[in-house]
Order: sequence, then C-alpha cells, then structure tokens
Amino acid sequence: MATSQANRSTVQADRVRRVGFTVNGQYHQFVVGSGPNEVSPSHTLSWTLRNSLGLTGTKVSCDMGACGCCTVISDGKAVLSCKVLTVECDGKTIITIEGLKDRKTGALDPLQQAFIDHTAFQCGYCTPGMIMTARAFLNDNPRPTEEEIKEALSGNFCRCISHYQVIRAIMSVAEKGQ
Amino acid sequence: MGGNYRYIGKQMPRMDAGAIVTGSALYLDDLKFQNLLHGKVLRSPYAHALITHVDKSKAEALPGVAAVLTWQDIPEWMGGTPRRLRVLDRKVRYVGDAVALVAAETEEIAEEALDLIDVEYEVLQPVLDIDSALKPGAPLVHEEYPGNIIPGGTKLLGPKCLKGLCTGDVAKGFSDADVIAEGTFGYENIPNALPAESVGAVAAWEDPDKVTVWGTSQAPYMDKVILSHVFNRAVQVRCIGSHVGGSFGTKITCWQIQTYAVLLSKATGRPVKVWLTKEEHLAAFTLRIGSRIQARVGMKNDGTITAIQGTWYVDSGYYSLTTQTQVAVGLGELMIMTQCPNWDLKTMIVATNRTASGCTRGFGGQELECSFMPLLSLAMEKAGLDPFEVLKKNYVRPGGGYFWRDGEWYQYGGIDFSKAMDAGAKQFGWKEKWKGWLTPSAVNGSKRRGIGVGVHGNADVGEDAAEAYVQLRHDGTATIFLCVAEHGTGQKSNYAKLVAEVLQIAPDRISMTPADSLVTPFEFGPVGSRGTYAIGSAVIAAAEAAKRKLFSLAAPKLGVDPGELETADGVVFARAHPEKSLKWRALGSDRTILGSGRFEPDFSLCNCLMSFVEVEVDTETGKVTLVRLVLATDVGQIMDPPGLEGQLNGCLGAAGVDSATFEETILSRSSGHILNANMIDYKWRTFAELPVIERVVLETPMPTHRFHGVGVGEVATSPGPSAVLMAVSNAVGTWLHEYPVTPARVLQALGKVAGGKGGGAR
Repeated sequence: MATSQANRSTVQADRVRRVGFTVNGQYHQFVVGSGPNEVSPSHTLSWTLRNSLGLTGTKVSCDMGACGCCTVISDGKAVLSCKVLTVECDGKTIITIEGLKDRKTGALDPLQQAFIDHTAFQCGYCTPGMIMTARAFLNDNPRPTEEEIKEALSGNFCRCISHYQVIRAIMSVAEKGQ
Repeated sequence: MGGNYRYIGKQMPRMDAGAIVTGSALYLDDLKFQNLLHGKVLRSPYAHALITHVDKSKAEALPGVAAVLTWQDIPEWMGGTPRRLRVLDRKVRYVGDAVALVAAETEEIAEEALDLIDVEYEVLQPVLDIDSALKPGAPLVHEEYPGNIIPGGTKLLGPKCLKGLCTGDVAKGFSDADVIAEGTFGYENIPNALPAESVGAVAAWEDPDKVTVWGTSQAPYMDKVILSHVFNRAVQVRCIGSHVGGSFGTKITCWQIQTYAVLLSKATGRPVKVWLTKEEHLAAFTLRIGSRIQARVGMKNDGTITAIQGTWYVDSGYYSLTTQTQVAVGLGELMIMTQCPNWDLKTMIVATNRTASGCTRGFGGQELECSFMPLLSLAMEKAGLDPFEVLKKNYVRPGGGYFWRDGEWYQYGGIDFSKAMDAGAKQFGWKEKWKGWLTPSAVNGSKRRGIGVGVHGNADVGEDAAEAYVQLRHDGTATIFLCVAEHGTGQKSNYAKLVAEVLQIAPDRISMTPADSLVTPFEFGPVGSRGTYAIGSAVIAAAEAAKRKLFSLAAPKLGVDPGELETADGVVFARAHPEKSLKWRALGSDRTILGSGRFEPDFSLCNCLMSFVEVEVDTETGKVTLVRLVLATDVGQIMDPPGLEGQLNGCLGAAGVDSATFEETILSRSSGHILNANMIDYKWRTFAELPVIERVVLETPMPTHRFHGVGVGEVATSPGPSAVLMAVSNAVGTWLHEYPVTPARVLQALGKVAGGKGGGAR
C-alpha cells in the first residue's frame, strides 16, 4: 500500500477527470468536480485532507501560506497544504501527522516522542506543522546545527512561545541522527 | 525550595501530549456534526453608518441558503457592559461590524449569498481615536452615551467596583516630593494576542428554549453564564469546550460569534457553525484596550513615591464586555507595584469606531503599566535613581496593601518578593550593566546596547469562585469533574497531579470530564493567573472530600477511626498499623464516591514577575534587537517545570514584549480599516530571531493551598514592553515614548529622519 501508484493516477476516461495520490500509505482517487465527495478544482490539499479524508491532525490557521500550521510532507518535501491545490497532487506521496507513526509497530516517530519528552508545545495547534517541517528537514539533514534548525522552522508560527522547547526536542533527535 | 512531593513539581508528560503530537487532539474545527450548516457574517465596509435598507431576497433565493438574518429578524438580545449592545443593530460601528448573518449548506454558498445581500447605508462621521471621540460635538458611537464616554464599573464586581484610585492627600504628597514628573503617555498600538486557532462556535437549537454551544473558549461555563444573560435568561444554555488553540485571554469573550451561531440554528432548526477567517480574527474580533495616562507623579530622592494624580483614558473600541473589569483590575495592579499613600487617579472609558476591545493577557494592568512606566521613568531620571531599586522598593510587601477590583482594601498577606527580584538582578548583571539614565550599557561602533526593567503583579491569583468534583472508583481510579478546556497552560494535567498527590495514586489513574457545563459544576475558567490557586484549591478540596468519604466507608470495615486512615496506590490503611488495610476494590464495583470542592475568592495574595531586558540598537538602520531577557519570580511551589517554562517564555508573544519591539495593529485613522489584518503584514517573532531568555524562579511556600503554589502565567507578558522602551531610550540616549519602537521612531529619536508618526497611529 505504501508504494506510489503512478500507474493508477490521473485517468481521463469519458471526460471524467480524476486525481489520485497516496496519503499515509493509502491510495485515494477522487473525481474532479463540484458534486458531493468530489474534489473541486478550488480545493486546497488541507481542505481535502481535513474534510474529505478526515485527517484533522493537519491544522489550518492563516490559510494563506504565512504560518506553517498546515505543513505536510509531499514527495519528501515540507509543503504548506493550504497553498497546494488538491488537483495538483496527482501521483504524489503525502505524509501527514497521522502517518508519522511506524505503521507496523505503532511506535511514535522519534520527533513525536521528543516533543512529548520536552513538552515542546503549549496549546498544540502549531505542533503538527512543526513536527512535519522538522521531519522533512531532518530527513535531508540528520545532524543539523541549532542555527540550521531555527532557519528551517522560521516559517512556523507559534504564539505560545514554545520555540525554545521545540529546538531542544529537535536537537535531541538530531544528536542521535534520527 | 519547593516541597518534597511524589508528583507535584516533577516533570511528566502532559495528559494530552500523545494526542497533540499525533494530531488526534480535537479542536472545535476538527469536530464533525450531523446535518451541519455553515454560517457567515456580512460585515460593514464603513466605520460608522446607519443601515437604511436591506434587500436579502436574492440571497434567500440562492439554492443552498437556509437563512438570512438582519437586525429586523432577531430577538432583543443584548450583550456587553453595560448590557446594551444589540447582537445585530440598525447602526454599524466599526469596519467589520455585523450587518447580516447567513446559513447555508456550504461555506462557499454562504459566501456567495453574502454578495447577494443589497445594503444601503447612510454613512456617518466616525471617531477613530480618543482625541476625536472626546471633542465637543463629536459624533456619538452610541446615542445613549454622551461624549462617547462609557459608564465605568460593572455589576459583576459589586456596587463599589473600582473606577479610580482616590486615597490620602495628593497635595501633601506633591509638597513632600523632591521631584515631580508629568506628561501624557500611551500604549495604543492595540497589538493582537493572535492565537493560532481562530475563533468560532457551533450551536444546536432545540425548540422551544434550549441550545447547546460548542465553543473555542477555555471557560465554557462562563460562556453559558454570559449567553444566558444575552438571551434574557429565557434560554437553557449548555456549553461544551474542546482543545483550545491558544487564547491568551481573548477567547472568553466569544459571545457575539456564539450568538450568531445560535440565531442561525434557531432560524433553521439545524446545527450551524460560524468560524472566523484569519482576516476576521484580526479585524473583527476583540483587541487590546488602548491606554493613555495623563498624570503626574511625585517622588522623594530615596525613591519613595509620594503622590500620583491624573486620568487614565481607556479606548474601548466600539464596545466591550470586559473593559470596566480591566480598569478595576488594572488600577489594583498599579497599586501593587506602586505602594504610594496618596492617589487621585481617575478613569475614563472612551468609545471609538474600531473593533471591540476584549480580554487580553495582561488584562488592564499591562496596558496601564505600559503607559505609567514612561512617566515614572522621568521621575526616576530626575531623582537620579536606579529603576531596579525604585521598583523593588515600591512593590507590595507584608504590611502593605491595595484596593482591589471590588473597591475594598486588602491587607497583603503574601511573601516578600524582593528576594526574587535580587536574584533576577544578579542573574542579569543589572548592577554591572546599569550606567545611568539615557546612557548605553555598551557601545560598539554603530551598535548600542541598553537595559531596562519592569515589574508586575496581580491579585487575580485568587479571583472568582471555583468548583470541582472528584469521583473515586473501586478500581483505584479517579475522575475530575471540572469545566476547564485545555488552552495550552497544561493546567488540566496539573489538576491531575494535585489529585494524584492528595490521593497518592499515579496521575495516569486520573481522568477528566470534558469541559461541559451540563456535566461539571460552576467554574469561572482558567483566566488571569487563577488556575493554580483558585481552581487548584477547588480541585484539592474535592479530592480531600472524596478521600474523607472513602475513609468513612473503610473505617468500620477496618475497625479504626477515619482520622487514623491513609491511602496510597488504591489501598486504605491505618497510619499506625499499616497491616490493617483495605483495597478500594473492596468497597465494591457498584459504588462510586463523590467529593465536591469550592474555592471562595481571596484577594489578599498576589504574584510577581520582574523582567530585565537588554536590547541592541543599530543606529544606522534603527533596528532594535531584543538580545536577552531575565524573568524573575517566586511561585511558591512549581507544579510542572516545563509548563512553567513555557508560560514564562510566552512573555514574547500574545501581544506581550513584542508589542514594544514591532507588533502593532495598524488602524487607518481616516477610514477605520485595519490595514494589516493578515499574518504576513501583522508581524510575529520567528525561530530565526529568538532572544536569550533566562528564568529565575524561587519557591518560597505561600499561604495558598496545601501545596503552597501560585500562578504566574498571565503576568509573564506585562512588565516587558515598558522595560524595552526604557532599554531603547537608554541605548540611544534620548526618550522614546511610543510603542512599538520601530526603526522609523528610533531614527527619528536620533534625529536622523524627520518627524511624523512612525507606527500604528496614523
């Protein structure tokens, strides 16, 4: 299930346009249109994740690409799901906060565990976006400096000011190269 | 030095930690409702206008629209203080005021319907700041308030509600003074606390007179109380809270949005959700009060403050639920930090045509102190005094006292905070860095460093009644019945710790009811810094009551007196004969034990936070960099170390310290539009620009509850902004008196650019 299903992506038959992509290892295909259960060309990825797939772990705050709350990983890169149209996601492999656990063992991602251990959140609304941004970043750069972490997270808004505890949590994972 | 407890003071994962990091924590916008309609608000493009005609027929005809409501369609429901503000009115009073409400099958249809409502306005001249509102003959925001002056005082705080400070003999005070400073100083950049989660409500009406409201407030029981009044006490209201994505005080005043949802649900017979967009959140939800003080202060050469006289002007926006309370509390907070014997400080609440003011972290005290400190600084400079010493000398200590919000005098019954202040100064290196007023602490080429200090305290730690139940079950678990929605402070987990400590069972054996006013007893909510002392006391009392019942049931079975019993890990035993023991289980699975606890308000104690700040000013560019903060406090007993750290670090955000460095809501003083109502133009601090924050936390046991702690979360923000202003003034060598210290203002102060307003007041 985890593999990208490129061969099953966009099918143009009977002038019905479809969009298909993998979320957390599961392939989903939608008809593009304005009917119930269809994906409208105006739907953002965050809207589809939250409303069509019920994946409400992805939070929407500013809804204009300023705050990073809605960050998910798409083909390995951290993206703002409020600034991506769902119809643009054909063939993509997307991971949301709900898909970060180890699918076989159920174990938390080391970053999730580190956020718990360091109480790296207060209200928690920005936390999924923080974790997804950090996960994509650490995948590319497993042993960053503190300054690099700050730079990587500089698009993530946190109003409670949990930044200091977030940096400690991410550094604790980075030091283990996880 | 804190007490030696099994759970309290120990770091442990928050109860909701797993849910938060996996995305399963449910906030209001994550909940699913059957048959839900979406509500949207048509908002006024004018700051001040009469609605002369509305044609909603095209909107009503749009397929998918279930209801369109205007002021003509709704009951006589009113809110605010005084409770005279109609939910929808024939008059609009700020850019963004509600004109009509729409409920439709989808958000898109509701938005489309808004465009189809034809509204004709008679545009009126607005008053957009205190000066124009108070001009003789100025247009009236509300016809019933001549001069745009809103009555002070609120029934909530009793007949003597504090509306000013008048005590002693100010004439004598000024004649005793060695220096007198006077002037007008403001904190009027109306920064937005801006929680990440927006504000919303879902309402489900049941004919004839019941409604359930799911809200974004951290205090659902108070939502119920407030809404009951709005509905003329003729509707049975149930309020339910979820996880709250930050509040910083603001979300306890969601009554308008909740009422929109209720009206639409009542009109359609279906549940309706109203959810503010971020633009609405920034431009049509409550903001900080604007604050301006015109006053003079007398001081002796030894730092004794002898007299304070003047007027505190409060810009309330077009209306408010909380301003009168903020004025009352703010005055008391000023007295806590300024133990002066002679006062004549009047207040005036002014209505202007901008969005409503509401509760914001700092709650009156921060706004007043940010206005007052520049004035006090002038006096301290004249007397050549070190501000740290003056603030320490004048802070309340045993033997002192203050008038509080109810107009009563309270003899202070707490600890001496000067030890914490000294520890903070030492950590900061205040004595080494302080070089005198308007003198940088260091100069390096075009970069100059300056330091500042502020202090703040609040007797809200014991404000308002709190109630809780604790239920014990035979399996050795307990449930806390409490109407508190988790909004980030981690207090719900702390309450589990308190109960765990009383009952000596692990916190993971303790669960908590949803914050549902139908299930729980009354609770005012986690606002101010009352969570630890006020709510904590009710929770502890409930656990103790449950424990007493447990012992009275177990005692006959063990053949001992209940007073001889203890419990730990789900076992009751005799203190002197531990072999005489009984598992909770032995009481039977067909029994639960319920204890109830109540806390009565106590204003004799306060908290204290002193902030030391160091800034670096680039005299070429005018940029101010906050380099380092030291926060000093005494909390009696730490409940949860990382939670406390988070609350203290929170000083930067939520319209706190950064309201002095760069945050401001930019209100057009000609049209009344908010010009930066989005998260790109409203600036916020990023990871890339974090100052060093150090926390100095003492634990001197306090006479609060059996664990001796006191809350400090709310005041973390308050002393910082004025300390930044002081630090920047010292760095550049001339006074800066306006918030925030933008590069334009700094360069202007340095004489490098011409005058003109550099910030939000344009």
